[in-house]
Amino acid sequence: MNEPAQPKLRVATTSLAGCFGCHTSFLDIDERLLELLKHIEFDRSPLTDIKHCGPCDIGIIEGGVCNAENVHVLREFRANCKILIAIGACAINGGLPAQRNHLSLAEVLEEVYHAQHGLVDGFIPNDPELPLPLDKVHPLHEVVKIDYFIPGCPPSADAIWKVLTDLLDGREPELGHDLIHYD
Amino acid sequence: MTSHLETAANLENLRRIAIDPVSRVEGHGKVTILLDDKNRVHQVRLHIVEFRGFEKFIQGRPYWEVPVMVQRLCGICPVSHHLAASKALDVIVGAKHLTPTAEKIRRLMHYGQILQSHALHFFHLCTPDLLFGFDSEISRRNIAGIAEKYPETARRGILLRKFGQEVIRHTAGKRVHGTGSVPGGVNKSLSIIERDELLKDIYQMVAWSRDAVLMVKELHHQNPELYNSFGAFRANFMSMVGFDGGLDLYHGHLRGRNANGDVLFDGVDYQNYTQLIEEEVKNWSYMKFPYLKSLGRELGWYRVGPLSRIQNCDFLATPLAEIERREFIAYGGVMPMHAPLAYHWARMIEMLHAAETIKDLLHDDDLTGSELVVSGERAFEGVGVIEAPRGTLIHHYRVDEHDLVTMCNLIVSTTHNNQAMNEAVRRVAQQYLQGHEITEGLLNHIEVAVRAFDPCLSCATHALGKMPLEVEVLNEAGERLSYFARSGAGTHAC
Ligand code: SF4
Repeated sequence: MNEPAQPKLRVATTSLAGCFGCHTSFLDIDERLLELLKHIEFDRSPLTDIKHCGPCDIGIIEGGVCNAENVHVLREFRANCKILIAIGACAINGGLPAQRNHLSLAEVLEEVYHAQHGLVDGFIPNDPELPLPLDKVHPLHEVVKIDYFIPGCPPSADAIWKVLTDLLDGREPELGHDLIHYD
Repeated sequence: MTSHLETAANLENLRRIAIDPVSRVEGHGKVTILLDDKNRVHQVRLHIVEFRGFEKFIQGRPYWEVPVMVQRLCGICPVSHHLAASKALDVIVGAKHLTPTAEKIRRLMHYGQILQSHALHFFHLCTPDLLFGFDSEISRRNIAGIAEKYPETARRGILLRKFGQEVIRHTAGKRVHGTGSVPGGVNKSLSIIERDELLKDIYQMVAWSRDAVLMVKELHHQNPELYNSFGAFRANFMSMVGFDGGLDLYHGHLRGRNANGDVLFDGVDYQNYTQLIEEEVKNWSYMKFPYLKSLGRELGWYRVGPLSRIQNCDFLATPLAEIERREFIAYGGVMPMHAPLAYHWARMIEMLHAAETIKDLLHDDDLTGSELVVSGERAFEGVGVIEAPRGTLIHHYRVDEHDLVTMCNLIVSTTHNNQAMNEAVRRVAQQYLQGHEITEGLLNHIEVAVRAFDPCLSCATHALGKMPLEVEVLNEAGERLSYFARSGAGTHAC
């Protein structure tokens, strides 16, 4: 990265129906995080206490869309971020949570809240504070336009670093053969 | 022991404030607070708002996929799920005793995970509250603020976490979602080169972990009023302890104590956990509420995690951490410490213990052995328990004669702490919010209490629920992608 002459870029990140593993891999850039912090500042992210995404240069989203609230947050990111990146298998194709897509929601509910081992007087939570689950888990690009995809479960820290530094330096991000993997 | 404030008597004329999402924690949760026009608090709830339904869709999968799949529930502590599932499946493949190499590689992986997870939680997520103050300026209340004001602290946190992740990479093959553990053992041991690479840094890690204990202890001593009373409530506590009574995060049996520290049960074989624990559902959270059967729903809830473990075990087998444990116990006096902020102190003692344990393991030649997997008489049901960074983690599976999973039950660490976290936020609401103009800084106090437990709301979202509403998701062209509705009688997904 070049020396910071410009104001810092604002970066927002969030996890929708993901496991936080993609965020973990982001933190796996290790000491390079300190370098990165000279060039960017975080907007909404699990690392800050900013609760809503404001105007940003880059938005990074892990996880697909599994409930009404995810849709809302995704749209908020799209409306505010110049560049939106889908990171990881869940964001790109639904990932593990999408394994419920071949089951009916009712079946899954029954299993977890009625049939479960050691559960007494089971019933299904239905408070209005709980966001409505969708019948299927969707990848992000089915709901909004996504500018870049970083594959992997999770993508390696080096892959994430490469995309970010390319963007910071004004290059078109490119992973190259060695940084693309799907596991 | 259950406090009031769980449910307001009358919802009329109450104002709702939501902390949504709870930030600087792993996973998705929110807190709602109902207040009247004099800012008196009537209801406070920590809601777990997401779901996965893992218990259902794992059914019908071959059992050997489970240790790899189940990690995708949580990318913060994937190793815990990887190992708890492996331990349950050890029972199913009849691996009564793993080879010394397999057991020690798994232990190394696990203690690497404890180290990285505790470092992440303390340095990246919590130091902003502890070093700047709970209501300090929001723009610097994060790791970037710490890196600017306390660069050495931030650097050490990053490097401690990095070391833990490297231990995981060398034992599991990958830093996140590795594949090292398999039913009956492991699929790789350490090469001499890998071992030496870790040995090179471990002494520095032990020293920095010790400094971290001193730092948090100092914070506690500087402000005992705050640290001893903030969000404090009395509770039962539970953890797995080693068969010798010492702290053992990988294997042992279950022990529980009441709020006075008296032993409630001990030496319980975790294969029988269903005789000990039951769960109930509350309609406002996707996360269930477990309790000890013997004490019942009202009195039987309990706390897990570092604060429980450090006070539940008889000793720590590593010298530096044991000195710190004794000091911690002495500080508490005759009664156990219940203060949520004491979690940080206990957690750093565990981090030191993990670093020392890794050091000892790295000097053990079994790590480079070549006998990796065993099996024996096939069983059809197995339970695996591990002390994950956040507390006791239970995995329970049944597998049929075709090797397919027919039943899965998970009780994750954060679920055990569900009632306890709710108690803590209610206490804080009473202590700080009651009758005051609600500010952002005051609301962060609530989050400080949640963070103390290091909840992994990601783990806790494997369940699923329904809502008395309808929703549609449209794509940009306005076409319907997804729809969900519930009628009065049942659930319909279309
Ligand atoms: S892609 Fe993998 S690592 Fe990322 S959120 Fe999904 S399951 Fe977790």
